[in-house]
Amino acid sequence: MRRVLCALALILIAYDVRPAAAERLVVSLSNHRVRVTSSFAGEDLVLFGTVEPDRGKSLRASYDLVVTVTGPPQTFRTRRKERVVGIWVNADSREFVRVPSYLAILSNRQVGQIANEETLRRLQVGLDNFLLPQRIGLDIADTVRNDPYRVAFVQLESELGLYREEPTAVTFLTPTVFRAAIPLPADVPTGNFAIDVKLFADGAMVARTNSALEVTKVGFEQYVADAARDNGLLYGIATALIALFIGWFASVVFRRD
Amino acid sequence: MLIHLPIANLPVDMFLILGMGLAVGFISGLFGIGGGFLLTPLLIFIGISPAVVVASVAPQIAAASFTGFMVYWRRRSIDFALGAMLLVGGAIGTASGVWVFTLLRDVDLLDLMIALAYLSLLGTVGVLMITESVQAINRARHGKPADLRRPGSHAWFHGLPLKMRFKRSRIYVSVIPVWVIGIIIGFVGAILGIGGGFVLVPMMIYVLRVPTVTVIGTSMMLTLVTMIAATVLHATADHLVDTLLAGLLMIGGVIGAQFGAHAGQKMRGERLRLLLGILVLMVGLRFAYELVVPPQDIYSIRYIGSS
Repeated sequence: MRRVLCALALILIAYDVRPAAAERLVVSLSNHRVRVTSSFAGEDLVLFGTVEPDRGKSLRASYDLVVTVTGPPQTFRTRRKERVVGIWVNADSREFVRVPSYLAILSNRQVGQIANEETLRRLQVGLDNFLLPQRIGLDIADTVRNDPYRVAFVQLESELGLYREEPTAVTFLTPTVFRAAIPLPADVPTGNFAIDVKLFADGAMVARTNSALEVTKVGFEQYVADAARDNGLLYGIATALIALFIGWFASVVFRRD
Repeated sequence: MLIHLPIANLPVDMFLILGMGLAVGFISGLFGIGGGFLLTPLLIFIGISPAVVVASVAPQIAAASFTGFMVYWRRRSIDFALGAMLLVGGAIGTASGVWVFTLLRDVDLLDLMIALAYLSLLGTVGVLMITESVQAINRARHGKPADLRRPGSHAWFHGLPLKMRFKRSRIYVSVIPVWVIGIIIGFVGAILGIGGGFVLVPMMIYVLRVPTVTVIGTSMMLTLVTMIAATVLHATADHLVDTLLAGLLMIGGVIGAQFGAHAGQKMRGERLRLLLGILVLMVGLRFAYELVVPPQDIYSIRYIGSS
């Protein structure tokens, strides 16, 4: 099913691009490898790019640009509290399966002004239109955009700064040269991030390209994280020994008798 | 100064964590408890994921109780035989606690159970301590002599078989209540991320009638061993022990504990127990508040996995 959908999407994209293949996008990222060190407090990346004419064709007067950055997929459960005999308990929940752990939709103006609803939905432009599959019974499917669990999930992720829609993050320096600011919060998940850049003109997508970045822990951070993951037992014993050492050290230093 | 925690995966103010360790260490030194029941809710409150908190508080409690253990060991006031028997129960309790923990998490009832368990446990212990210490203070004020009888005279469980003599504590009791107490402490500790000293000490005094000389040291021995086991288990099973977080807490904790212990020596026992009772009850009421008052957001997210 997924394969069929992908194929369908590819055909649609091809269809979308073919009649207007007059532009080409060239982008470059300020940093492809974000290093999380013990002083990491978030980082802003910059994506630069230009719109190039293809084979002597002329450029249009104005363009719109949407940059979608997605972090490594993770599964979350959104729970809803209800009052049961006077106390608030998690009564119901929905699972969001393999959704981006980080999702930023950056554009030069409100995505609603860039293209019509149907185009935006088809190209998954905007937080409202991005596919967030939920497990409902035995099926995994995206719901309508005003599904309360979906709204709550996007809201909570936005509060954490992990999901964001920023209609001012892309700036056109000249009609064809642009820059986009990609804000990575301090608790950004590690892994591979995909960057999807879509160029719109007159409400239709005219060019598309992609890039990628990697968030990795380095130095002490990486050492600890790797040790905890790969050698759990040794790591645990080492932590316990540190605890005993500090405890013993204190009892010697502060000895009164 | 912000520092990025490698396992919790978020930046925290280093001095805030050190300060929390210091404050909780002071309280733990003052009352002779581990302080896990205060530290765990505090760390969850500043935004660290509860699973990481429960796993990382374990080595901090181990460090704090090892300091205490050494002090009492030098004074020869640890009953190793009694500690070993408590540990037998503790091992069973911890294992079943970890099992129930996973089970509850799978059916999404863990948060509720943790809140209810904290509420009932802290509520009961708090109220008991307050009433007991107020009575003691009143007795002292009216010039009556302290109750010389050992508390909890002869009860049914003192007639149980499998009696054992614990020389250092000078008691002769059945090992069955000793095991049961161990099981309760291990179980509660595994689920709530606490050492359980504040429950263990009164139980040992009132149920087993362990004299004050050996009660704290022996309780620290149990806490030390269970928390070391918990550290290794958590690190092996769910890889959630944040050594950096634990290390900061330990440094703050052991220093705070020294000042706390010093301050504690200047205060009268019943006053201390009254203060601790009020503190315990307040933490319990905080959980009650959360259960009863409508939450700001009825929705919450929980991370399930990366696949």
